[in-house]
Amino acid sequence: MTTGTANPPPAIAVQALRKRFGATAALDGMSFDVAAGKVTGFVGPNGAGKTTTMRVILGLDAPDEGRALIGGVPYGKLRRPLGHIGALLDAAALQPGRSARNHLLWLAHSQGLGAKRVDEVVAASGLASAIKRKAGGYSLGMRQRLGIAAAMLGDPPVVMLDEPFNGLDPEGIFWIRGYLKALAAEGRAVLVSSHLMSELEGCADHLVVVGRGKMIADTGVAELIARSSGGRVVLRTGARAEATTALAEAGGTVAVTGPDTLTVDGLSSEEAVRILNADGVPFAELSAHRASLEEAYMDLTRDSVEFRAATTQTSTQASASGEVA
Amino acid sequence: MSGRDGFGRLVHAEWTKLRTVRGWVIGLVLAAFLTVGFGMLGPMGSQIACDHVNDAPTHSCHMSGPPKDATGQEVDDQSTFVHRTLTGDGSVTARLTAFGGLYSPDGGGSGDPSNPTAGMTSGLQPWSKAGILVKDGTATGSPYAAVLATGTHGVRMQYDYTHDTAGPNVAVTSGAPRWLRLTRAGDTLTGYESADGATWTEIGTADLANLPQSVQVGVFTTSPDFAVVKSSFGGSSTNTGPSLATGTFDQIAVTGQTAGDWTVPAIGSAAAADGGPGALQGPEAVAGAVPSGTGGFTVTGTGDIAPSAPGEGAGKTPESSLAGTFGGLIAVIVVAALTMTSEYRRGLIRTSLAASPRRGRLLAAKAVVLGGVSFAVGLVAAGIAVPAVTAVEHSKRMYVYYASTQTEIRMVVGTAALLAVSAVFALAVATIVRRGAAAVAAVIVAIILPYILAVASVLPAGAAEWLARVTPAAAFAVQQTVTAWPQVSASYTPTNGYFPLSPWAGLGVLCLYAAAAYAVAHRLLRRRDA
Repeated sequence: MTTGTANPPPAIAVQALRKRFGATAALDGMSFDVAAGKVTGFVGPNGAGKTTTMRVILGLDAPDEGRALIGGVPYGKLRRPLGHIGALLDAAALQPGRSARNHLLWLAHSQGLGAKRVDEVVAASGLASAIKRKAGGYSLGMRQRLGIAAAMLGDPPVVMLDEPFNGLDPEGIFWIRGYLKALAAEGRAVLVSSHLMSELEGCADHLVVVGRGKMIADTGVAELIARSSGGRVVLRTGARAEATTALAEAGGTVAVTGPDTLTVDGLSSEEAVRILNADGVPFAELSAHRASLEEAYMDLTRDSVEFRAATTQTSTQASASGEVA
Repeated sequence: MSGRDGFGRLVHAEWTKLRTVRGWVIGLVLAAFLTVGFGMLGPMGSQIACDHVNDAPTHSCHMSGPPKDATGQEVDDQSTFVHRTLTGDGSVTARLTAFGGLYSPDGGGSGDPSNPTAGMTSGLQPWSKAGILVKDGTATGSPYAAVLATGTHGVRMQYDYTHDTAGPNVAVTSGAPRWLRLTRAGDTLTGYESADGATWTEIGTADLANLPQSVQVGVFTTSPDFAVVKSSFGGSSTNTGPSLATGTFDQIAVTGQTAGDWTVPAIGSAAAADGGPGALQGPEAVAGAVPSGTGGFTVTGTGDIAPSAPGEGAGKTPESSLAGTFGGLIAVIVVAALTMTSEYRRGLIRTSLAASPRRGRLLAAKAVVLGGVSFAVGLVAAGIAVPAVTAVEHSKRMYVYYASTQTEIRMVVGTAALLAVSAVFALAVATIVRRGAAAVAAVIVAIILPYILAVASVLPAGAAEWLARVTPAAAFAVQQTVTAWPQVSASYTPTNGYFPLSPWAGLGVLCLYAAAAYAVAHRLLRRRDA
């Protein structure tokens, strides 16, 4: 990687991380960059290495190989780390007997910050009325808010959250999505992990998709959806048979996707309208299909799921033969 | 908290962490209460039984304690002293031609007034003494200097009870008499000895600034109790019995301005003065002096001129006021260990390490805060316990042994340091094992278990001393005020309050354990994934 003065280093650079826990390769050459001003979704199935990657970024776990940099600097070299990156790894990591405010207070003191900054992040978190209560009595949603408040103590340019949607009610999910988008709009880099693509719908601008300890795709959300939607048309009609015949003759691939719904591949919506009108087939609605983020994700990872299954089989055989030897 | 930068802010954060968990604050306050409270159990049980209520109203029934010297040190000062007055500079010279004794190994004296030493065995005690003495009058506890022969410790110069200088290690027999000499020049007394009265060897000098112009000079004999300690598992038993020593001084010469004739205590005079029942039994009945040769005396005495070692039933030692330290220590160990293990249990350690990626500094900040707070708790607890427990003992008319202000400060500061270093030790062990129960158990087994085994009279003395020397429990030596005097035979075991190491060396043993555990904890914390 060449870094000129004109190109500031990425907010987070993950470079060829490898780490084994016993026989398991948790990270197997994980690499990606996270850019400022965007919400980057960090997605993959459970066990794909998301949390381990985040721990390495924070200097908590040491990689066997590779490195992670925050604004070009390894975490261990940061003198006031919370001013460079705010992270929420585990919202349950609280001393139950300590009040939420005192939790933020010690963390602020560790960075040379005072009670005033604590009050600011508390106000932004919406926890002000409950902040003097013991953290042990907090619901999961309140803990997530408290964890995000803690991550924001140092007003960092980079924010990293591990599964912040876990266990949240719809209102909480809505709040976090809005909060993350606002942080990105302020120019911050936001990396947010999830094993459920739907949680990132309408929130993530960019995706880093990972599986089995390595990056599978690094793509913009808009491009990904456009690619997945690829010229598909959804048609609602009472005359299913006629429509199928007409569209198939014109070269489309027609699939029945509901009692009165057809999905057509290979024709644009304009072509489909022209063909149906020409043949006099009635229809109630015709729209260009827009893939959901989840569909796009499934398209993207279909191959790698097969790849994963194969790898699993191979490694099982390998360990079996290892036992024999 | 100094500074908003670097290490200072980590210390600030750790202090905030500690003070914001109510259970820990309660634990630390409890540590002070337990230290004082357990210490109070001692005087609560103090009771003086008076069996002579007929002749004394109850309020005058109290423990008077042993006599004291000018500094407040408890002393024994009983001997048979043949003396006369010397004014100004001068010297005393005497030849000791025979030195022997009797003792009673079965503990009892003779029941027969006509033969008080019947049944006693022939032999000197190691610290039986016969020699010459220059003393500020005959009052108990007054300043003195002496040159003397002992039962088994050779010829020595001693002064003012606590000072002891060895001379040649020779035994005095009728075949090998010994010449002893003390000279006074102003405040300086110099002791000499000689095999032949012609060639003199200096043993030592003493500066006795408080000695008046006129002093009593002469020859004396005394002999401390016979004592044999049998120690085994389950405790130790002590056999004691009275003893006496007889020294024959065939020639005595005094130079300088003397006045009056020799004052010679008659045989049995001390016993008569005592007057109690049984006074005519045992050594006191035969103590006294008779003339021997030309101008000499044969002197028989019992007792000692030496510092008094606190023994059972003789009053309370100052350090007994800190007997509750182990209780406070347990509370401090629990809090110190939990401050670390709870972070592991909750996953909070990752938040802490993310806030302080330089991990060694995190451990150091915790150690500074826990050590500092524990030191303060110990200072308050011991600072209250020592005067408060002593005051209650006094109110119960118990005798409490003397300790200098300097020694009391050392006890209090030492106890605070004991708590502080133990807290750091517990923190380090907690960092290594990462489990609260395991860490607390390990540290209590390391510090408090050997302490209790050593002092609780369950082990043989050798095993107890070994524990008090090589385990972290050695640190309790920092509370010891009693002195193991080399010139006094006594049972100097941890059970009796005597630790084998000096106060600061004992604390040093704990410091070594804490430092070793800290080094391992530091290394593991830096190397392990969080």
